[in-house]
Amino acid sequence: MSRGVQMENANPVIFQRCRDRPLTASEEDEDVHDLIDDREIFDLIRSINDPEHPLSLEELNVVEQVRVKVNDAESTVGVEFTPTIPHCSMATLIGLSIKVKLLRSLPDRFKIDVHITPGTHASEEAVNKQLADKERVAAALENSSLLEVVNQCLSSRNI
Amino acid sequence: HQAALRLLGQGGGSSSSPATRLSAHPDSRCWFVAWSPNGTLLASCGGDKAIRIWGREGDSWVCKSVLEDGHQRTVRKVAWSPCGNYLASASFDATTCIWKKNNEGFESLTVLEGHENEVKCVAWAPSGNLLATCSRDKSVWIWEVDEEDEYECVTVLNSHTQDVKHVAWHPTRELLASASYDNNICIYKEEDDDWECRATLEGHTSTVWSLCFDATGQRMASCSDDRTVKIWKEYPSESGDTSWKCVCTLSGYHGRTVYDVSWCPLTGALATACGDDAVRVFREDVTSNPEEPVFSLVAQVTKAHNQDVNCASWNPKEAGILASCSDNGELAIWRFKED
Repeated sequence: MSRGVQMENANPVIFQRCRDRPLTASEEDEDVHDLIDDREIFDLIRSINDPEHPLSLEELNVVEQVRVKVNDAESTVGVEFTPTIPHCSMATLIGLSIKVKLLRSLPDRFKIDVHITPGTHASEEAVNKQLADKERVAAALENSSLLEVVNQCLSSRNI
Repeated sequence: HQAALRLLGQGGGSSSSPATRLSAHPDSRCWFVAWSPNGTLLASCGGDKAIRIWGREGDSWVCKSVLEDGHQRTVRKVAWSPCGNYLASASFDATTCIWKKNNEGFESLTVLEGHENEVKCVAWAPSGNLLATCSRDKSVWIWEVDEEDEYECVTVLNSHTQDVKHVAWHPTRELLASASYDNNICIYKEEDDDWECRATLEGHTSTVWSLCFDATGQRMASCSDDRTVKIWKEYPSESGDTSWKCVCTLSGYHGRTVYDVSWCPLTGALATACGDDAVRVFREDVTSNPEEPVFSLVAQVTKAHNQDVNCASWNPKEAGILASCSDNGELAIWRFKED
């Protein structure tokens, strides 16, 4: 993916990755059904690449575990993400990448809501509305160039 | 008021239950289902770019035809011509395909181009001579079809400021309604050979996904991402024009976006398709004031499908038969029974 010469946010604040979660005995037991919790959702999205910087969404504090709300019993997931700057033009793309990662990883029963942390973006209503419109999301993902960009955000990096 | 909504064939006491839950578009979404005008066939369309035609054989529903290679992307909606001999399909590939029935199935007759991006809906006027399409390009197009099956765009209407999700024709008059991501509904009429937007109906607080007229066309139901269904009634005004007012709002029933609403022309029952996986049926209270109607929820299936329900469609000839379809690619046929 070509990196634009002019970055919108050339000197982002970088945050430290949190430690890996230690496994409990219950989680290692094959017979116990694991409820999906906030940490598991966070683990799915923390390593998504930012489209502009060679950093993950976790390292840029765009996603935080505290902004993930899961209810396994009701099959709902809510993720708030914080663009690094209020006029970030990548906000929709970042939101879409988070949504696609979760759509591909979670059981079909889950209802996934991805929206911007309130008060952190100039066009948050417009971005949130697009992300909430599954028809718009489906059509966007049929656009091969956009799909390619999303897949690059979702590709794993060798650290 | 006792009523029930069950999968067709179940609850009747017979041990065999025919397949009324069909895997219509495997590994894909089923976006829409439409009954043929005589009620014997059901067309479904989906994310696999195909259209399937289903018919009853004895107690089961079988796939009679598969219409593939007509579109390069998702087929979002399909519509039958009033005579039942043609099918129109609206696709994310920005085209509308017209199919003609032949002995083996359907053949592609022509492809209507012009929209700049995804076509979200196509609808035939009751006369059979006009077709309406709408798109994410914010426009509504009206096409005329002549005796030689030639289609010509007669007008492009730009009344919405955002993606247009649905268009529906009035059952008896040449009047068209459109629903949009801009949260509004527009009503269009022809005057002196010119189609114009005659009214903009505001009220919904988010995207209006679908709308439909009742049997007489005096009322219209709309459904929205705001999780409500609104009932609109037409009032003539002194200038000879008409205005539409919202006379009822059904709120608190739907847990998520309401994607479709269908008004049964035979019974007056109102069915909804919702993102909370449920199918619901509402009925107007007989005693309610027509200027302020009251609708009650009379039946629901909370897990009609295990994913979002995208469409609900009443059979136009057989009272109480309802088809629905879902993000899981399934199509289901229900019987609504009242005591």
